[in-house]
Amino acid sequence: MTDSGFLAIEGLRRAFAGRAAVDDVSLQVRRGEILALLGPSGSGKTTTLRLLAGFEKPDAGRIVVDGEDVTAVRPEARRFGMVFQHYALFPHLDVGENVAFGLALSGEARTRRVAESLAMVDLAGAERRAVSELSGGQQQRVALARSLAPEPRVLLLDEPLSNLDPSLRERTRRELRGAIRRAGITTVFVTHEQEEAFDLGDRVAVLSAGRLEQVGTADELYESPATAFVARFIGRASAIPGALAGGAVDATALVRPEELRFVADEGAALVGTVVERRFTGERAYFAVEGADGLTFEVLAPHGAARVGDVVRAAVGRVLFWEGAGDRRDQGPGAGGQGRGGAA
Amino acid sequence: MRRGRPAAGAGLALRGLSSATVLAGLLVALLAWLVLYPLLVVAADALRADVVAVLRSRTEWAALWGSVWISVASVVLAAVIGVPLAVLFERYDFPGRRILGALMALPAVLPPLVGVIAFLFLYGESGFIARAVQAVFGLRDAPWRLQGPGAILLVHAYSMYVYFYLFTRAGLARLDESMLEAAASLGAGRWRTWRRVVLPLLRPSLGGAALLVFMTALASFSAPYVFGGGFRVMTTQIVATKLNGDLPTAMIETLALTVVALAGYALLRAGEGRGALVAIGKGTAPRPRRIASPLLRHLTLVLGWGFAALLLLPHVTLLVVALVPEGTWTTEALPPLYSLANFATLATEAERLRPLLNSLWMAAIATAGAVAVAVLAGHLVVRRGVRLGRAIEWLLALPWVVPGTVLAVALATMFGVARPLAGRFVLVGTLVILPLAYFVRSLPLTGRALLAGFRQLDPALEEAAQSLGAGRWRRLWRVTLPALRPSLAAGASLAFVTALGDFVTSVLLYTYETRPISIEILSSLRLSDVGVAAAFGVVLMTVSALALGVGARVGR
Repeated sequence: MTDSGFLAIEGLRRAFAGRAAVDDVSLQVRRGEILALLGPSGSGKTTTLRLLAGFEKPDAGRIVVDGEDVTAVRPEARRFGMVFQHYALFPHLDVGENVAFGLALSGEARTRRVAESLAMVDLAGAERRAVSELSGGQQQRVALARSLAPEPRVLLLDEPLSNLDPSLRERTRRELRGAIRRAGITTVFVTHEQEEAFDLGDRVAVLSAGRLEQVGTADELYESPATAFVARFIGRASAIPGALAGGAVDATALVRPEELRFVADEGAALVGTVVERRFTGERAYFAVEGADGLTFEVLAPHGAARVGDVVRAAVGRVLFWEGAGDRRDQGPGAGGQGRGGAA
Repeated sequence: MRRGRPAAGAGLALRGLSSATVLAGLLVALLAWLVLYPLLVVAADALRADVVAVLRSRTEWAALWGSVWISVASVVLAAVIGVPLAVLFERYDFPGRRILGALMALPAVLPPLVGVIAFLFLYGESGFIARAVQAVFGLRDAPWRLQGPGAILLVHAYSMYVYFYLFTRAGLARLDESMLEAAASLGAGRWRTWRRVVLPLLRPSLGGAALLVFMTALASFSAPYVFGGGFRVMTTQIVATKLNGDLPTAMIETLALTVVALAGYALLRAGEGRGALVAIGKGTAPRPRRIASPLLRHLTLVLGWGFAALLLLPHVTLLVVALVPEGTWTTEALPPLYSLANFATLATEAERLRPLLNSLWMAAIATAGAVAVAVLAGHLVVRRGVRLGRAIEWLLALPWVVPGTVLAVALATMFGVARPLAGRFVLVGTLVILPLAYFVRSLPLTGRALLAGFRQLDPALEEAAQSLGAGRWRRLWRVTLPALRPSLAAGASLAFVTALGDFVTSVLLYTYETRPISIEILSSLRLSDVGVAAAFGVVLMTVSALALGVGARVGR
């Protein structure tokens, strides 16, 4: 088996009450890679993770690890470690007993492995502490140590940071990344936060309504979205009638705010009134409303316009064309490379 | 560890059915056989009997009406005592609030028959209070007789207000202080706030308590049996008819009581509301307010301790009577001599010790069985979401809706004949019937506790264990059961205590070999062996309190 497909998902499908929660998803994860499953709620990312863990059985498709088809293997025999959203630490066991739960070792070796696992998450010596006296961040690290102790083939994390205070998240994210890297384990995690996905994941798989939209690095997803959904979901984008962006009449262009700029040119296509200015420091987002329901967002120096001003804007690179007929690769302005194709 | 095992349940699956479905089917069959089928047998027998003649009988209607009005009056009395007490202890602060608040639940540790005989010793014709009054006023005869509906209601009010007290306190503790503050900021005064905000929010608690009291009072047997005199309610009527050998009439009476119980249950459940009044958000519970006036504070204290003493009197009475050696107390207001002779009798005479051991082993077996069934039911209904889940829940709850007398008559009828093809065997008169009856009666208690426990249990705990390589049995023993400990402790201790003190079903089903404590208490009383009866009562009370205490401790 090559490294490129250490963990392979092939044509995975799972429906609940006739509705497909996961619809024909195929993915390859390299050995040691960290993959994020990103999507809005209901996109099927958690179901995909639970299918990987074996808690759900697929209606169709296969899951292959290191050449072994594990689709029909029970969760307890699958050797996939999982960190649950609310950690699921056993409340009646102490930290050490929690970490030791999945170990087949006994005696000295068992004790040593527990100590090593706890040391790896910076909790050395916490064996005899009660789970209930740990902070949220510490609980998460115990859950991580517990799932890594039996040396699983794949690590699965369900919304690993969602249960933490926002102030704790960034630090915990760094620690989590460090611990996973040190373990060198192939990892799949679920999140609905883009920042988390891009920061923690080597690659990000974007899911929507049970379907895989695109897999790629942060740059790839932002610069070259494969579908309109990805274009809208990753970063910000305004939808502009094709004709105004230099395209066909029945098409819609998706344009990033930074690809729109205010111009003095009377002939500019986009005209409207600034209705809102959102300050982000040096620059600001200007929400503009024009005639016929036209709305767009421009990123410009914060002094560029005021609410109530009538402004004109020129279109730079078009991110994505959607709509029938006209398929174009490029916007009329800067020579970007927005990939075309109806969603 | 490379080999993959086939997906779950392949071993048990029959023709494409999952093991959960098969187990659920078996469980429904077992419960239907033990719970529903006996009731249907009674109904069938009743409808074959001369219904019209029984319906024409004035005494039958009087007994049925007696059951209904006693139950309604019990609800009213229990609410009148329990709700104000709950408000006092939950909303106001005064010295001794904690300990007094706990003492208010004291009547709960008295098994029904024990409470009744304690009342007999205390307020009865020759009880302590009557003797004291007689002595003080120099009366020739006892000043009153503890008999009839008034006596029954006295016992009911004493033992059942606890439900209103505990439910209302719990409901008040769940109230969100900000609700009261919102009402105040909108200009509502104290009474308006209570009427428009607090009471509606308490409705599920009050409704729950009313249901519990009504069903308990309707099923009450010990108090009407001992104090009824000429006044009959349906439970005592059924037992009397059955002991007279008029089985067809007993069947009709049993069916009538069942119908009333089901109707009362349905009515009160409908009145309980959907329970949709859940406060949004996580507000803090209202803090008890200090009673400002020193005079009122001291008055509360005195009244509180006085009331607690009143509640404790039956327990103390029982203990005192148990310490009086046989034949040493005749006309004195207080017994002249105390010793442990009665307890020694219990421990040393084999025939006296036997009922004690009988009750213990039968209650233990029934509890173990009911817990096992409840764990299986909880797993199937909550965790596996089986299609028969509703049927399982309904069958588990049924023995609670139906009065114990009905259940006993139904089991006696069902297992009084040998018709193996119809699923009926002769178990009456054997060692099996009484533990079986206790088991059936325990099912609602353990079932409710464990279904709730499973619902509160984070499913991720089991999944975590599974992803760490734990198989089915290891998950059950190491994760699920330990995490369910509070529910297991609550359900098991309640079931054990109920079975241990059971009188209602025992009186119809016991054999000499399996006679339980309650029956021995009654026969000791009949033989005027008052001290021994009280000693049995003390033992029963102590073991019950211990079981409940251990249950509460383990469950924490």
